[in-house]
Amino acid sequence: MNIELFFQYLVAGLTYGTIYAIVAIGFNIIYNTTGIINFAQGEFVMLGGMIAVTMNKFMPLPSAILAAVTLTMILGALIEIVFIRWLVKPSVLRMIIITIGLSIVIREGALHIWGESVRALPYFTGTEVSSIAIGGVFISPQVLWVIGVSSIAVVALNLFFNYTLPGRQMRACSANRDAARLCGISAKNMVTLSFVLSAGIGALAGCVVSPITYVQYDSGTGLAIKGFTVAILGGLGNSMAAVAAGMMLGILESFSIWVMPTAYKDVISIAILLLILFVRPSGLFGNKEAFSLKEF
Amino acid sequence: MLKIKNLESGYGKLKVLKRVSMHVNPGEIVTIVGSNGAGKTTLLHSIAGLLKARSGEIIFDGQDILRLTTEKIVFMGCSLVPEGRQVFSTMSVKENLLLGAYVQYRKKQKERVRADLERIYDLFPILRERERQLAGTLSGGEQQMLAIGRALMAGPKLIMMDEPSMGLAPLIVKDIFHIILKLRNEGNTVLLVEQNAKAALSIADRGYVLETGRIMLQGSAEDLLSNKDVQRAYLGRDIDSEVELKL
Repeated sequence: MNIELFFQYLVAGLTYGTIYAIVAIGFNIIYNTTGIINFAQGEFVMLGGMIAVTMNKFMPLPSAILAAVTLTMILGALIEIVFIRWLVKPSVLRMIIITIGLSIVIREGALHIWGESVRALPYFTGTEVSSIAIGGVFISPQVLWVIGVSSIAVVALNLFFNYTLPGRQMRACSANRDAARLCGISAKNMVTLSFVLSAGIGALAGCVVSPITYVQYDSGTGLAIKGFTVAILGGLGNSMAAVAAGMMLGILESFSIWVMPTAYKDVISIAILLLILFVRPSGLFGNKEAFSLKEF
Repeated sequence: MLKIKNLESGYGKLKVLKRVSMHVNPGEIVTIVGSNGAGKTTLLHSIAGLLKARSGEIIFDGQDILRLTTEKIVFMGCSLVPEGRQVFSTMSVKENLLLGAYVQYRKKQKERVRADLERIYDLFPILRERERQLAGTLSGGEQQMLAIGRALMAGPKLIMMDEPSMGLAPLIVKDIFHIILKLRNEGNTVLLVEQNAKAALSIADRGYVLETGRIMLQGSAEDLLSNKDVQRAYLGRDIDSEVELKL
């Protein structure tokens, strides 16, 4: 095994792992406040990339990304307000089917608007061929963007949940909905906020990753499966565990190319998903004590 | 302060409360006693808006709150300490208390929160010690204190408590009841629901006896304590048979 190639694979794994982690965190935010998995999460990622590409024709890249994230957040809020907010104590199955339906509608809508063509944002800095040498490993600058932006997003989210009033309110709703309402907190608004947040973080991920992975009307589905696997692998609702699990899956996938044909790359995540659901549904990092304290 | 007229409430087709009427005056402790399944919790949930009542009137502070949401009712100053504590177990003690003060933040009374927090810590010194601990790791008694403290942080005009003694050791129960008495003496109004009728009536000013969704008896706490039926049904004493034994 060539040491340089090893690091090359490692960096590729970390890059994809970061993306998976961000998608998984999107799942977790909504799961924590509502107890459901939002299967349209991958579509938020796709929309972020698509809208940014379109906007970029009219405005510089940073404002295009800002616009894409903002628009996706607004869409996230609308989806919650129109399809979820008014439901009276919906069952988990009903909510899941609603989100699956929404994901199909968004995907088909994207097909009508943008067609089947594959798009991408330009590299944020440099071009496809530029690279930065770090200790003999050549890294595309976009990889640093992906890892950097995602890390900032994760830290920002953590600060938000732990030190701001709305963040604490959201955690209160996920810990005990009725008790939160008895504190005067509007649980419904918190659910809307969770859709806005996860739409935003999904769209942001869609923007930074699109120069590397490209974006197409249906590219959200694949990412959603990976993100879902990571969310389960880490333990649903636990965002820090999602980061670790994301890295694991990314690196595993990346190194699998060594032993298996590239076409089998996706098999890894599906196999892990099944395995973890069979063996340890609470996830790798599902702390038993903390898990028993959770009420959702 | 609180006036309920002909309240009917229940779950689905099940009617739990049947034409319940009662009232709470400012500055008093009113207790509702009754056995399991009498409708005590249903009554509190209907007042707090967690359960939508079917008909009747609930007047709080001069306004009908029957159709208001829980959040609005809390804003108006009617707080519930729910049965079984229901603290935010994955959050720290301090975070729990600060969330209780959410309505103060909304009312732009941020300065009050710090003072209120100190007041709660003086009332329950153990909570100050455990400030940074996760609420789920507290003992039952401590969680009950936290739940009461959290409700007080909203600065309520009326504080309703659902079975605060449930599942607690007798010594702790005594502490909790002392606190409730102290709260009343500081000018708070308390609506106390209890299965522990004797303890509740001994600190209350007035009481109601709820049985299968109906108010069967009402009166001053002393009268109820000495009432034969109440003693037989809820205090585990049968005066008639005691008299007979003497004969």
